[in-house]
Order: sequence, then structure tokens, then C-alpha cells
Amino acid sequence: MKELQEAARKLLSEGTVSVVLGYEMGPRGVRAAFITRPEDVGKLIFNTSCVQNLTTYLNPRRAQITQLGRPAVVVKGCDARSLAGLIREKQIERDKVVVLGVRCGGVLEDPESASELTAETVSVRCTGCKVREPHLADQLFGELPAEPPVNHRREEQIAALEKMTAVERREYWNNQLERCIRCHACREACPMCFCVKCTAEKTQPQWIDAAATLESNRAWQTMRVLHQAGRCVDCLECERACPEHIPLGLLVRYVAGRVEERFHYEAVDDPTVPAPFGMYRPDDEEEFIR
Amino acid sequence: MLSEDAQASSTWSPKIVAFVCNWCTYTGADLAGTSRLKMDPNVRVIRLPCSSRVNPLFIIKAFERGADGVIVSGCHTGDCHYSTGNFHARRRFAILNDLLHFLGLEEDRVTFAWVSASEGNKWQEVVNETTARVKQLGPATVQTGGAA
Repeated sequence: MKELQEAARKLLSEGTVSVVLGYEMGPRGVRAAFITRPEDVGKLIFNTSCVQNLTTYLNPRRAQITQLGRPAVVVKGCDARSLAGLIREKQIERDKVVVLGVRCGGVLEDPESASELTAETVSVRCTGCKVREPHLADQLFGELPAEPPVNHRREEQIAALEKMTAVERREYWNNQLERCIRCHACREACPMCFCVKCTAEKTQPQWIDAAATLESNRAWQTMRVLHQAGRCVDCLECERACPEHIPLGLLVRYVAGRVEERFHYEAVDDPTVPAPFGMYRPDDEEEFIR
Repeated sequence: MLSEDAQASSTWSPKIVAFVCNWCTYTGADLAGTSRLKMDPNVRVIRLPCSSRVNPLFIIKAFERGADGVIVSGCHTGDCHYSTGNFHARRRFAILNDLLHFLGLEEDRVTFAWVSASEGNKWQEVVNETTARVKQLGPATVQTGGAA
């Protein structure tokens, strides 16, 4: 990643940007790096363990990062879609951020337990990737690698859940959601959760009980996932952030699948494509309405 | 002598909350009433300006606070008082409905309907059918997504 480091050095030393958001090796694996000095660019890396979506740090809610000044950000093709989402929703301006795109051939599901990219270890979101080369990038780095290995684990899990009866599905989700401790890490990690005041914290009226009970946990996740409908880019930061290992990826992916099927919309890295919930078609399906 | 549970279930009658739009369904429900149509007394109507005013949290909260079923109803598409409110609402309801089922809520607990101001008869049908289906399912519990 010499080219990436050189580009970062140039941007920092010429003063084009004040901080480069990238990946570095930390004591417990790859972590986000905030490089503010040109002499530190040697820390920057990119490999199959770089699972994080760094555009989450461009979220204007994160004052500690925005106060560092004008940013450059390292994005994979999939991360460019949340960058596009933030631009689409007027949270950031395209010309206020330098985008350093890296070509990507898939990342690991869990970099702590595996290092080689195989059909078993590849992240479920990499299957069928259409954006190995980020389109929004100002500069592109690396060679275009081969397509990532295919892994349909998540689609199979969703199909299995759909086949269950309502009672069985409810039992499954109750077992998952009763573990939730309402730490809201899923929200904090999410690049698309940028409200200054979250509905979960409103008390007049209090829509969602702050205590972790089965009902309030279910209400919280239902609301969070619905707010992500048509906006979620499937980066799985929520699932990775969850200390209770609740399979939140199944929920967001299920909803994304329904949005795809009903409204023919997929999260794309083009900020000019309108999101499905700001618009409608007179002939939208209404088979569920009597 | 009946056990407490059995006593409770023999007197149980579902609570159903209806979120209706002011311009069509509320007027339609009014018509059903003034026409003296017989309806099950289980439905509590909440009048809203438009079906697009229905926040998914209304439905979630209704179940949390003890409802056994929910009806959401507004103008037929194309007839919205605000021109496009129900078109936008329809998109949100579609995904909400899918997600509620995916989380394991029985399909029959939530009814979506379009009832116009002149469809008193249809409102009667919606009320009676929803009540019958919810009666079949029994009370909503914490486990099923309700409160009781």
C-alpha cells in the first residue's frame, strides 16, 4: 500500500486535508486510524482484515472527528455507498472530503479467527459484490482483485426463518432480543444513524422504554431497522458492534431484500439516485391491504 | 370451578386499536354508525389527519400497552386529501408489515385497509373480520409482542 501512504503524505503535507481516516494495525487487529501528521502515514494499511466502514466517522454527529478538520477517507467499494448515502441525505458535501478508494476482493467475516479468504471465512456481505472498485473515489489504489468467494450462509438463514411458523420465528427472535442490553452500540457504529436526538432517548412522549425489556428491545430494533430501510448499505457495523452477538445483519438484510423486491431499489454508490422512501409509484404492490 | 386462567379466557374479549384517517375512514366509520350497522364493540378508533401520520411506533406501542390487534385504514390511493400521503404510507406499511411478520407477529393481528367515506359497509366488514380473526388467535402476550 505504498501508493496509498504516499498519497496520504502528499495530502497532509500540502495541507489539502488535516486528517486521513484509514486502517492501521492495532494491538488487537486492524483498527481505524486517524492520521494527522505526514510522518505517521507509514501506519496505513489495507488488507482482507479491513472490515470496518470508515465513512461512519464522517457522520456529522461525531464532533471529535469533525473538529480535526477537513478529512480524507479510505473507502472500499461497499463503504462508498454509505458515503453516497450521507451525501444524498445532505449530511456531508462531496467537495469537503477527499475520497481514497481501494479496490477490494472481499474481506473476512471475523479477522480475529481467520486470516485467509475462503468461502467459509469471507464476510456474508461480499457475496455478489458489484462495487469492488469504488466509483466515488478521487484517487484509486491497488489492482482489481478476483471476485470474492461465494457464501450464501445468510440467505439460507433468512430463508429458513421465513419457512418457520410465526410462533417459531417469534421464539427465535425473542431468544435473540431478550439478550439486548440496550447499549445502543448498533446505533453508534452505524454510518447512517446521524440524528442529533434519537427517538430512543425521547421522553415526551417516551416511545421506547429505556430499560432493557423484551418489549422495549423489540421496539428499539424494529424502529432502528425500519429507519434503515432503503438506507442501510449492509456494512454490518451494527452486528459487529453488538456485544451480545444478536444477528442484526439478518434483520437489516431481510428488510433490504424486501425493499429490493418491492421497490426495485438497492443501496448504490450514486448520491443522485433517489432513496425509495422519499418517493412512490402509483402502481406499488398493495397485496397486503384489503 | 374454573381456574383463574380459564375464567380470564372465558371473559376475554380482544382490544383492537384502529388508526384511521380523518377524511375517508373516520367518515366511513361514522357512516357505518349513523347507518346503524352492527359491529363488534372491540375496536377503539383513533383519528389521525392522514394514514401517512401512522408512525410504526404507534402500532408497536399499541401492542405494548395491551392491544390484541391493530387496524390501519385510510383513503384509497388516488383519493388522499393531501394528494400523495397514502402513496408514501403504503410503501412504509409494506415494509413494516413484512418486518412484523419476520419478527414473528401473526399476520392476522394487523389489518391494513382502504375504506372511503362512503364505504360504511366495508368498515363494518373490516371491524368484524379483524375481531373474529384476533379472537381466534387469543390474547397478545409479551411473548407474542403484546403486553398482557
